[in-house]
Amino acid sequence: MISYIAKRLVYILIAMWLIITATFFLMRLAPGNPFASERALPPAIQESLNAQYGLDNPWYVQYKDYLINSAKGDFGTSMKYKYRETNDMIAESFPVSMTLGLEAMFIAVAFGVLIGTIAALFHNKWPDYLMTILAVLGISIPSFVMATILQYYLALQLNLFPIAGWKGFAYSILPAVALASTPMAFIAKLTRSSMLEETNSEYVKMAKAKGISKPVIVFKHALRNALLPVVTYLAPLTAGVVTGSFVIEKIFSIPGLGKHFVTSITNRDYTVIMGTTVFYAVILLLAVLIVDILYSFIDPRIQLRGGKSND
Amino acid sequence: MKKSILEVNDLKVNFSTYAGKVQAVRNVSFEVFSGETLAIVGESGSGKSVTSQAIMQLLPVPPAIYEGGEILFEGRDLLKLSDRQMEKVRGNEISMIFQDPMTSLNPTMKIGKQITEVMIKHHKISRSEADKRALELMELVGIPMPEKRLKQYPHEFSGGMRQRVVIAIALAANPKLLIADEPTTALDVTIQAQILEVMKEIQKEMETAVIFITHDLGVVANVADRVAVMYAGEIVEIGTVEDIFYNPQHPYTWGLLGSMPDLTADKSQKLRTIPGSPPDLTHPPAGDAFAARNPHAMKIDYEKNPPMFKVSETHYAKTWRLHPDAPKTEIPEIIKERYNQYRQTKEGDSIV
Ligand SMILES: Nc1ncnc2c1ncn2[C@@H]1O[C@H](COP(=O)(O)OP(=O)(O)O)[C@@H](O)[C@H]1O
Ligand code: SF4
Ligand SMILES: [Mg+2]
Repeated sequence: MISYIAKRLVYILIAMWLIITATFFLMRLAPGNPFASERALPPAIQESLNAQYGLDNPWYVQYKDYLINSAKGDFGTSMKYKYRETNDMIAESFPVSMTLGLEAMFIAVAFGVLIGTIAALFHNKWPDYLMTILAVLGISIPSFVMATILQYYLALQLNLFPIAGWKGFAYSILPAVALASTPMAFIAKLTRSSMLEETNSEYVKMAKAKGISKPVIVFKHALRNALLPVVTYLAPLTAGVVTGSFVIEKIFSIPGLGKHFVTSITNRDYTVIMGTTVFYAVILLLAVLIVDILYSFIDPRIQLRGGKSND
Repeated sequence: MKKSILEVNDLKVNFSTYAGKVQAVRNVSFEVFSGETLAIVGESGSGKSVTSQAIMQLLPVPPAIYEGGEILFEGRDLLKLSDRQMEKVRGNEISMIFQDPMTSLNPTMKIGKQITEVMIKHHKISRSEADKRALELMELVGIPMPEKRLKQYPHEFSGGMRQRVVIAIALAANPKLLIADEPTTALDVTIQAQILEVMKEIQKEMETAVIFITHDLGVVANVADRVAVMYAGEIVEIGTVEDIFYNPQHPYTWGLLGSMPDLTADKSQKLRTIPGSPPDLTHPPAGDAFAARNPHAMKIDYEKNPPMFKVSETHYAKTWRLHPDAPKTEIPEIIKERYNQYRQTKEGDSIV
């Protein structure tokens, strides 16, 4: 187990290096620079700015500096907002994004599993059909459309929730639901089909032959097995929630990391781009690792081992 | 006369499918006496599993339809019980051993829990008592290091060991009737013999009645007191082991005996199989279902389904051959030879 995690951490470092390298070159390839604006700066100022941020060095020197700074976790000050440290910006905005993200993931998993299980229990009866329709809607409506629909009906018309902003729990509900709707529908479909498969399996028949009642069979026997594919989906779910949050945070004016990430790109704010990218990459890679470890706890057949496995 | 604990009368089970109604079990009747082993033998597809799952009411409705008949267990008709009442019968009074131990255990539940669950459900005993009894059961079915094994998951067991666990689960609540649906078919030959040994010992010890389902007549002589031969959803012959092996009356039983691999026979001799294949059960033939494969078939065989004829107090067969007006058909030579060989090996066995 320990050696497995150590091995995985090495892979994560390699992945990080690839991501930093790719981001660095893509950033350079994109036209424009951080100091471009409507009013052209006098060439002298432009040059001194470039010098200050090391942008006049040859690319390999810049690349080396980036690698070293990234390894140290020091991404420098923003090129757009003077005197703002990239790290401070992340530290301020990430808790907001994390709250929103975890809330969305909770909604997606809890309600997705619940709805999927109910649909499987009422296979080919009306709750099953209703759920299938909702799932198709959930999957096909993009989160930003869902966000606007929620804002219009629940916030503007019915006044049940605040429209936008971030001043407490009530403000988080609509964005979290908007962010969760697609993955929730997906999890519901996943749970339904894997639950149906499990309830047709031999061990469920055997449990029935043991005299175990139907609800006990579903919750004590089938559910744990049916959840295995859902757990596998948690890593892509994290990625989906992270990318979804870029848009949702913008729509609901939430001061989260997603907003910084998007604006840093339009601003060609190299230091912030690099800082947020590296940060997101770490989060996602750790999420994948955590999901794998979690999986081994749920499925006793999976054994985590480091080094070479002999089977 | 022994007490009968299970009486199946005129059981009919159909399946509705896109291709039509499959008549999987057609007017099956038999009895099981307490403490005995009844073997049900027949080719695959003959309705053995459907019959046994009908007794336990494990068939999914739909597609299954209980078209008619009754299943009297100690006088109560199981087909009339509610789901809740049936739950109290399953695993408790009647339990079942499934064919494939690789799929019949829950992969994510510890073995111990899968055993104790049954006792806690039916006997309302405490967890620690159940744990103790689980340990005894593991020893009974011959699983070494039971304390350690109880805490393991199914994937840590071999096929044979898993089937022992399944047997332990089936025995956990002291059932009066145990249905074993091809319990050794999925296992290696050497493991098969071990599992049969375990089952025989347990039956001696616990005096449970057993319905032993198999497509392998070779196993039957070893475990059964009585044998029912099934073909195309019907029981075509039923009798004691001696009746079936020494004095078989139905041409299908002859065929089964003739295709039995024989240890004493010349190794180069080809395995004889019954030519042809069973009828399509969506449209079973009007006459005898076996007529098309029966070299001795007569005209009436294609027109009218024969009733059960009584051969002796214990022995019945469903063939027009036994009608008083039927011309005498000779029992084929190979079958006669088989009896003699069989009789010899049987005598040989009893000396040892
Ligand atoms: N769920 C089902 N749907 C349709 N037909 C079925 C179903 N289960 C069994 N049958 C049919 O019932 C017949 C008897 O099957 P079965 O009892 O499993 O045979 P076996 O003697 O090999 O155990 C077969 O013809 C099979 O096709
Ligand atoms: S009834 Fe006729 S066809 Fe059927 S087994 Fe007897 S002799 Fe053969
Ligand atoms: Mg079968």
